[in-house]
Amino acid sequence: MSLLLDVKGVTKRFGGVVANDAVSLSVREGEIAGLIGPNGSGKTTLFSSIVGAHPIDAGAVLYEGRDISALRIAEIARRGLTRTYQQTRIYGQMPVIDNMRISAPDVKEGILPLFRRAGRASEARARDLLSFVGLYEKRDLLAGSLSFGQQKLLEFAMALMSEPKLLLLDEPTAGINPTLINGLIDRLKRANKEFGVTLFVIEHNMRVIMNLADRITCLAHGQVLASGTPDEVREDPRVLDAYLGAQ
Amino acid sequence: MSWRAARYAAVAGSGLLVLAAPFLAPAFVTQFTFLWLMIVFALTWDLMGGQLGYNSFGNILFFGIGAYACAVFQRDSGLGYYEALAIGAALGGVLAAAAAAFLGLGILGLRGHYFAIGTLGLGIAAGEIAGGWDYVGAGSGMTVPLFPGALELRSLFFYFTLAALALATFLTLRWLYGTRFGLALNAVRDDEDKAEAMGLYTARLKTAAWSLSAFFLGISGALAGNLIGFIDPRDVAFAGATYGVWMVLMAILGGKGTLWGPVIGAAVFHITQEIFWTYLLGWQRVALGLLIVAIVVFFPQGILGTLREKFPGRFGSKAEVQ
Repeated sequence: MSLLLDVKGVTKRFGGVVANDAVSLSVREGEIAGLIGPNGSGKTTLFSSIVGAHPIDAGAVLYEGRDISALRIAEIARRGLTRTYQQTRIYGQMPVIDNMRISAPDVKEGILPLFRRAGRASEARARDLLSFVGLYEKRDLLAGSLSFGQQKLLEFAMALMSEPKLLLLDEPTAGINPTLINGLIDRLKRANKEFGVTLFVIEHNMRVIMNLADRITCLAHGQVLASGTPDEVREDPRVLDAYLGAQ
Repeated sequence: MSWRAARYAAVAGSGLLVLAAPFLAPAFVTQFTFLWLMIVFALTWDLMGGQLGYNSFGNILFFGIGAYACAVFQRDSGLGYYEALAIGAALGGVLAAAAAAFLGLGILGLRGHYFAIGTLGLGIAAGEIAGGWDYVGAGSGMTVPLFPGALELRSLFFYFTLAALALATFLTLRWLYGTRFGLALNAVRDDEDKAEAMGLYTARLKTAAWSLSAFFLGISGALAGNLIGFIDPRDVAFAGATYGVWMVLMAILGGKGTLWGPVIGAAVFHITQEIFWTYLLGWQRVALGLLIVAIVVFFPQGILGTLREKFPGRFGSKAEVQ
């Protein structure tokens, strides 16, 4: 499998705080990669560095073999690399279905396509994806009136609607009803298999990430602590130390 | 009668009323004409403030640019009255749109309150510049050519041209809000960072919206300059304290972010204002000030917004499905 994303020695500082310290990791095309680490270890900062939400201080981000570290967030999104947010971000004053419509892939082509009618296929896809995350019944409600967990699912559906190649998910199960988490894991796996979207997932819930990911990287204090298969990472004494404290 | 037939009947009835109004109430033609102008003000302001979420306090700039551009063209072109007015109005619209596109490069990068404050200076600065520029008459302003016809004909002419402009603005925006361009404007309003992260061309969207708003305002300025007959830099063209503030108030009063809200807001505001002038002369500004406070306190969502909250079903909103 070829490398879709290759992060090479990325450093990001906020004043005196080094949030990412020469982080290197990679995501292979078609896989589900995981990113774990204690609170404040720099996971979300790394996501922001990758998608171009802020400039990085050192290193390079290679996506499909090209350096994207100088590009802005919108340009990177148009190349098929999108993220979701830990605190959900949806268009609150718009109906759920319109949130989906404005996330169609052709809106990334410019403003002229916005004057074209959305195709029947696009409309059908919006409805199908809402059914896929279980929000079809809520399609006419304002997105802002949904619960936090439902907004999280909507944001996931919007991300899929935009047909990314690589989707970075920031804690997809946080705030989701525990009884729905298994269903969500199943949906993430199906999105990966059926829609061919490569996933890179930040997750705090160990049971979820161990079930989901093919490979896992663990961050601590902004540095890569360990990486490997879920079993390797789980057994790694450094990871156990970082989470549970040294014995 | 079916719902559809009722709608057609309502549209036809309103159309007839618009055509007949100046003949039914000839004493009020000028008031009606200003009402159309107010509707253009409120609709174009709401495109930015309501739909895009960018509260502009500088839109009066585009009105003034249109008024001056048209008057200068009428003065210097040597064409007949109607030709010069038609081309001058188009020129006013295009120049205003170009000014919006140019200013947008810098100012539309500001967000929220910063944008509002940034635009606040525009109208004031423009008024000062026009007031000191001899080419456009400096502080003594500009007069426009005399209308070649009887006084009654003049009133009717401006009534119908401004009615046509208001209708064109309304229909353009109605169409626009039905496209995904309209959805994109709302997306920027709700979460601009998200819209950008989803790959939308937010900078172009905002510039296009402001230019469209400025285009209609520019034409309205050209027509209003001729309707009033005299262009004063601070009291007509760049009248931020009156027209500039009213645009915002009318849109808020009617309901921000709706198609009909600005129209309703403009009508209610204009009628109320005329009543104050007639019955509270001397106190009309105080009454207007109190009205503004009352609007913001009691109808923060505007008339349509409040109605929509009370009767969501009538506005196509669905109740929760469990």
